[in-house]
Amino acid sequence: MKTILDTGCHIVAQAAKSAKVDFVSAYPITPQTSVVEEIASMVQRGEIDCRFLPVEGEHSAMAACVAAAATGARTFTATSSQGLLYMHEVLHMASGCRFPIVMANVNRGVFAPWTIWVDHQDSLSQRDTGWLQYYCASLQEVFDTIIQAYKVAEQIKIPIMVNLDGFVLSHCVMAVQIPDQEIIDRFLPTVEPAWRFDPQNPTSYVSVTGPDLYEGFRTSLHQDQLKALDLMVQAAREYQELTGLYHGDLLDLYRCDDANTFVFAMGSMAEELKLSVDILREEGIKIGLIRLRVFRPFPKEAISKVLPEDATVVVLDRNFAFGHEGGILFSELKDALFTRRDNVRLLNQIMGIGGIDLTYQYMAEQVKNLLGL
Amino acid sequence: MANKIYDEKYPVSYPMHGAGGKTGDWRLLTPRIDREKCSKCMLCWVYCPDAVIDRETLEIDYEYCKGCGICARECPRKAIVMIREEE
Ligand code: SF4
Ligand code: SF4
Repeated sequence: MKTILDTGCHIVAQAAKSAKVDFVSAYPITPQTSVVEEIASMVQRGEIDCRFLPVEGEHSAMAACVAAAATGARTFTATSSQGLLYMHEVLHMASGCRFPIVMANVNRGVFAPWTIWVDHQDSLSQRDTGWLQYYCASLQEVFDTIIQAYKVAEQIKIPIMVNLDGFVLSHCVMAVQIPDQEIIDRFLPTVEPAWRFDPQNPTSYVSVTGPDLYEGFRTSLHQDQLKALDLMVQAAREYQELTGLYHGDLLDLYRCDDANTFVFAMGSMAEELKLSVDILREEGIKIGLIRLRVFRPFPKEAISKVLPEDATVVVLDRNFAFGHEGGILFSELKDALFTRRDNVRLLNQIMGIGGIDLTYQYMAEQVKNLLGL
Repeated sequence: MANKIYDEKYPVSYPMHGAGGKTGDWRLLTPRIDREKCSKCMLCWVYCPDAVIDRETLEIDYEYCKGCGICARECPRKAIVMIREEE
């Protein structure tokens, strides 16, 4: 294990290198640009045995990744905001093809008007593309989650998006422990996919499928999404056994044991919220934090288990669910807890849109206001 | 990979004879090759979307030739004509 000091974008590139990816195609976009630059440089310097394909846009980048994955290559890409939106059509293709592509998405608000700073509108808008989604709160978690994502994706054959906040994580420098390659190889061995293109045994793939078969493939994608929950827990635990590094499995819980009030959020703001929780605890509020690591599949059971029957949950959303009350996390949580006929109370605030800085003091104040304190 | 049992998750199609039924039934016009004019350039074999032109003999399998006329259109020697078959 060695410790390196680097930016979020470079840590993403390092994770792709440690995962021994065979193929990368990506198009640069702020604030993800230096991921692409770093991987391209690594390939040029001969540090990784990987094909890098520069393309003219993100739609092509994902299309190239799908094609590479069809040959059995371990495939990686990274994007952000408009780039992710531009990929939208091919995201459906990647999940329908059941290819274990892993993509880092650097969260950034979406146009219009132009912004380059963080919120979660870009990736949450891809909720129903069939991709699994992780959200990270530190650079160590970014590294570890990309490695874990390959493990899960290759087992369940569904692509995974690993999200990190623009600038707050992508451009900040933090110390990150990089496990020895031999440990990573043990955690993430090379796997032969159940199917790939083989010139000796020609087939065509995902061609026109009648109503008799189409629904079956889509249903199996949906059911396997739900099965991924267990695999994600296993991956987090096994990774911890091998490296000692752990960030929670589906959730990261902070001071939840005796709590009756909870803040619920994801991304870097949720890490900052740990300090807000400390402040509010000092003021005598029995509060804890539920940080969502996995947004898809939505870990309904795991969340419900944490909440006692008189719980108050303050949901902090860094996104809009336009035309609907509250943010997207709020809707998801309400939906997840609907069948509980007890007194769980949910409160919501949208904040931090387009990169508004979320300090722990500010968030502690907002939580108090919502609680009417 | 030859003996691998494929996972049901993967929408794979395998090549097989006449998967779309007897497409010869669709035919209104029938291609006929004039062997005198033909230079064996094989373009018709390349272009036929139903792969019904034999690579060795250029015989057309009329059970599956759907009469699309692509072969006649592509033939650089105008050696293929589409004719209306009478009962
Ligand atoms: S008419 Fe169409 S299907 Fe028939 S041989 Fe020519 S190209 Fe093939
Ligand atoms: S394209 Fe025309 S000339 Fe070429 S092989 Fe076919 S029939 Fe003959």
